[in-house]
Amino acid sequence: MKYTLAVLVENRPGVLTHISGLISRRAFNIESIAAGPTEETDTTRITIGVEVEDEFELEQVVNQLSKLINVIKIANLTYVDSIQRELALIKVRANKANRSDLVDIVEIFRAKIVDVNRETLVIELSGEEAKIDALCEVLMDFGIIELVRTGRIAISRGPVPAKEMY
Amino acid sequence: MLGAEVVIECLKEEEVDIVFGYPGGAVLTLYDALFKTKFPHILTRHEQGAVHAADGYARATGKTGVCFATSGPGGTNLVTGIATAYMDSIPLVAITGQVGVPLIGKDSFQEADICGITTPITKHNYLVKKIQDLPRVMKEAFYIARTGRPGPVVIDISKDVFNDTLDFEYPSDVSLRGYRTSSSGDSTKVDLVVQSLEKAARPVIFVGGGVNISGTSEEVRKLIHMTGIPVMSSLMGLGCIPSDVPEHLGMVGMHGTYAANMATIDCDLLMGIGVRFDDRVTSLVKNFAPKATIIHFDIDPAEVNKNVRADLKVIGDLRWALPLLCEKIAERRLEKGQWAKSEWIDLVQDWKKEKPLASSLPPEGIRPQTVIERVSDLTQGDAIIVTDVGQHQMWTAQTYNFNKQRSFLTSGGLGTMGYGLPAAIGAQITLPKKTVVLFTGDGSIMMNCQELATVADNELPLKIIVMNNQVLGMVNQWQRMFYGQRYSHSSTKGCTDFVKLAEAMGVAGLRVRKPEELNMILEKALQMEGPVLVDVLLPETEDVLPMVPPGGRLDQMVLRGGI
Repeated sequence: MKYTLAVLVENRPGVLTHISGLISRRAFNIESIAAGPTEETDTTRITIGVEVEDEFELEQVVNQLSKLINVIKIANLTYVDSIQRELALIKVRANKANRSDLVDIVEIFRAKIVDVNRETLVIELSGEEAKIDALCEVLMDFGIIELVRTGRIAISRGPVPAKEMY
Repeated sequence: MLGAEVVIECLKEEEVDIVFGYPGGAVLTLYDALFKTKFPHILTRHEQGAVHAADGYARATGKTGVCFATSGPGGTNLVTGIATAYMDSIPLVAITGQVGVPLIGKDSFQEADICGITTPITKHNYLVKKIQDLPRVMKEAFYIARTGRPGPVVIDISKDVFNDTLDFEYPSDVSLRGYRTSSSGDSTKVDLVVQSLEKAARPVIFVGGGVNISGTSEEVRKLIHMTGIPVMSSLMGLGCIPSDVPEHLGMVGMHGTYAANMATIDCDLLMGIGVRFDDRVTSLVKNFAPKATIIHFDIDPAEVNKNVRADLKVIGDLRWALPLLCEKIAERRLEKGQWAKSEWIDLVQDWKKEKPLASSLPPEGIRPQTVIERVSDLTQGDAIIVTDVGQHQMWTAQTYNFNKQRSFLTSGGLGTMGYGLPAAIGAQITLPKKTVVLFTGDGSIMMNCQELATVADNELPLKIIVMNNQVLGMVNQWQRMFYGQRYSHSSTKGCTDFVKLAEAMGVAGLRVRKPEELNMILEKALQMEGPVLVDVLLPETEDVLPMVPPGGRLDQMVLRGGI
């Protein structure tokens, strides 16, 4: 079972080391991790995608992460109505002959072309992971030179922020 | 005020009365401040000695132990001691020097990333690069080390910070947004515990290190006294309940007693108090207490459901939970003995009588168990007992009649050979009038034997008993039992003269060769004013039994005569 956790941490040096160290030491199966600043300058938000066997294992992940001194709050967004997004930048082989096919695909996926030259295109797409996976699969026929993905971030719908969730 | 002096002032604010340490390049200014302020400091002979001594000091008193070391190798030499303290939840603050700020990250002389290295083995750690942060970090470090579930905290301070200056003001509070300590918890859970206890026919109580740490052995004794429920202990819980309390079954687990292990398999309710269900206790988790409702009391929510699934959990400080539990039990107005079926209580007592701990060695020779029994009799259970790790540790745990909390100092979780001597130093320094006895082995003592010099320097009246069987006993036992008697590198060959070693370091040495000498020499050693090492020559082939073979169920013990 896959879960999405919003982890609010103090914006201090060494915090990411503590988190990644704990994850590897306890052998937690982390799919993705994405960190960035928040509406509060002293807080960093880390969205962690974790795959666990059962609720007991998830409880361990949450409890162990909560023990870290710099972790302020962990909200489980899995069962909360929420929006999940990931950003991908994909560099694809493109020539005169197939460029228009690529433009069509980009339009179908509501992606954007952000760089063009004689041999390649760079496509930007944000969306749920499955959508990015689908685009990548189609683009494989053209030849993906380079792919970079941010890992998913998530935010709940409605007025209650993660920091106030139970 | 100089940064180095700020450190000393902070220690005073935290009521630290002694520091263990070893100087070096990055902490020279700190040591200069020690000199100027005459702050009490014990020089050990190795940084590992300093950290274990601070740990022994903390275990014996409940106060936070403090040690100093220099950068690089000084810090890395602390690692084993920090991990030892972390596994057993010991409050410790380790202060290390770091190279100057501009040199950090340049692979400078004696530079090591101590924060990086100690992250998995500390409750928290800090790198201080600005003097302005120093008072806050010191305050937070002590607060974190001793509150909630205690643990070690490392403060790595750049050399430049020691030399910088600051108008010193110690913060009155800490502000840690992410640190919650659960002192009290959900009292309705305690009601549910009482209900479960009332329903149980074959209950058993299992106490661990949490009881020693929280100082709640009185409450546990009251609980046993009120209910008459059989009780057993983990290695770390020894001392909470006097060994002569009839309900006490002794230690449970791999080298647990027959009664405790059988009770675990057969009970219908197991109430764990301040325990973490270590694999040395449970053996295979799926076969642990298979018929029982499991109740788990702990201060750390992450301990519950980590190893053993609890049917009922009470999260909070035992200083809150146990008095409340006693109160609610008293309200039920049940007589002692009514909390369990009398057949169960009789059965457990029969197990105790049927297969008590025994030795396989002929009574004519010196049995290791006899050595411990004699010391137990001579000290009336009133000593601080320290051990190293191995066979002698298990024999001590099984045999010594502990009757006070914080009276047994041993490396339980990490199993650190070499822990004993420096830990005993830490305990003896803070409790100079107490008899402190170290049981060690001919293997373990050598792992930190340089600290005999520290014992002599400080004229500490330590009693060191080397259980000398000329083998690495526990390794030897496993090789005998599970590796076809192929004794690969487990002999210490007996060339070392421990009496001469002690004497060379400035400590008196005595030797017991024959059984008839044992009593006299032990008595003499315990009566001597100064430090003494007693080298007791033992036969090499004595196993620690009972033993649950790895992967076995607790009732599948190898007992005496069963091999």
